[in-house]
Amino acid sequence: MSRVVLIDAGGSNIGSVQYALQRIGVEAPLTRDAGQIRAAERVILPGVGAAMPAMQRLREAGLIELIRQLQQPLLGVCVGMQILFERSEEGDVDCLGLLPGRVQKLAGGEGLRIPHMGWNRVFKQQADEPLLVGIEDGAHAYFVHSYAVLDLSAAAAICEHGQRFVAVARRGNVAGAQFHPERSATFGARLLENFVR
Amino acid sequence: MLSRRIIPCLDVRDGRVVKGVRFRDHVDMGDIEQLAMRYRDAGADELVFYDISASPDARSVDVGWVERVARIIDIPFCVAGGIRSVDAARRVLNAGADKISVNSPALERPHLITELADAFGVQCVVLGVDSLRDADGEWRVRQYTGDPSRTRALPRRTLDWLSEAQDLGAGEIVLNCMGSDGVRQGYDLEQLKAARRLCRVPLIASGGAGKAEHFSQVFEQADVDGALAASVFHNGSIEIPELKRYLRQQRIEVRDVA
Repeated sequence: MSRVVLIDAGGSNIGSVQYALQRIGVEAPLTRDAGQIRAAERVILPGVGAAMPAMQRLREAGLIELIRQLQQPLLGVCVGMQILFERSEEGDVDCLGLLPGRVQKLAGGEGLRIPHMGWNRVFKQQADEPLLVGIEDGAHAYFVHSYAVLDLSAAAAICEHGQRFVAVARRGNVAGAQFHPERSATFGARLLENFVR
Repeated sequence: MLSRRIIPCLDVRDGRVVKGVRFRDHVDMGDIEQLAMRYRDAGADELVFYDISASPDARSVDVGWVERVARIIDIPFCVAGGIRSVDAARRVLNAGADKISVNSPALERPHLITELADAFGVQCVVLGVDSLRDADGEWRVRQYTGDPSRTRALPRRTLDWLSEAQDLGAGEIVLNCMGSDGVRQGYDLEQLKAARRLCRVPLIASGGAGKAEHFSQVFEQADVDGALAASVFHNGSIEIPELKRYLRQQRIEVRDVA
């Protein structure tokens, strides 16, 4: 049985997440198989694209309830993190509801381009967040998104682009990263190591 | 605060990185993966690979090297050249590229931008624009610039095209100012400022970098999100860690170099 699995919710960054795990010595198969997901010690939900097609793909695979009931550590990445929350404005879709808050469009404004694309600083909200062990406060991570969670009640770390938003989310065994650890150099590698360790 | 991005651009032909004056006299610069690693270690924020073997032959990018690059580097990268359909873009993205960039094919058929944005999200879709000032003072776009014998001057005004492309779904724009390209006298600040005024999405400056001051000028004066350059990085006349230290001193926010 594989220790770490990647849930196939579509999106084009799946390969990149898989390669990032290989770089830290972890082989994580991509799967939609309920038994394989349930048996894994760690589950990652990657995603690029939009909340609506990601939720639809999970529903078609019959994985919605299964993901809600997982007891092992679960990590959502980018859109994979967004769909852990209650609802997304993008496509106006109900999400998994494992984390409190809604996903909203970033407002942008003078000097604030949308999508929020590039390297931005991440600041810890919870000093003891296990995903951020060994990572300096204010380290740069790579973001690419137009939607974000502005309600900070599940925030273990935040980022700011005109508005403050959730960069790393946590509630119990459920966590998420709005940025792309697979493309965030040493910060990203350390976060993944912290997760699979 | 979002960092300003420093982006080396690498020309790729037949699976190797090459350097040349436009389409001719290419010098082999080495292995794609090795150069990608070198720039990543130097602190590049992103890489652009321009597949120059693809476009003129009307064939699509060979995705084998895209996958090899995706396996080894841990910073984002964009692939340009010869992508003229959703299927071709999907192959490149599934191989591990973070973004795809389209230029001439989008001029042939602007709706391609919308098709790509619908399929992959606007954040994956970069529009490359080659622009030159005409005798009447207007900036207009050029097509097929990869091959001097085929390059065409279009009646389309550059600024009109930028507006249209954003509305169609471009998530980022790379504006290559051909008048300053290769001259190393600095980016075309006037044109980039005009482009910035109407770009809501990230704007990347291209063409003209010769020294560190050119980077601080283009960030301060044209407020671009990133600056792309090729020859000054390839020939070592600008080292990225030094450039970033300089930009820091100018109080320009850049990512830490490890």
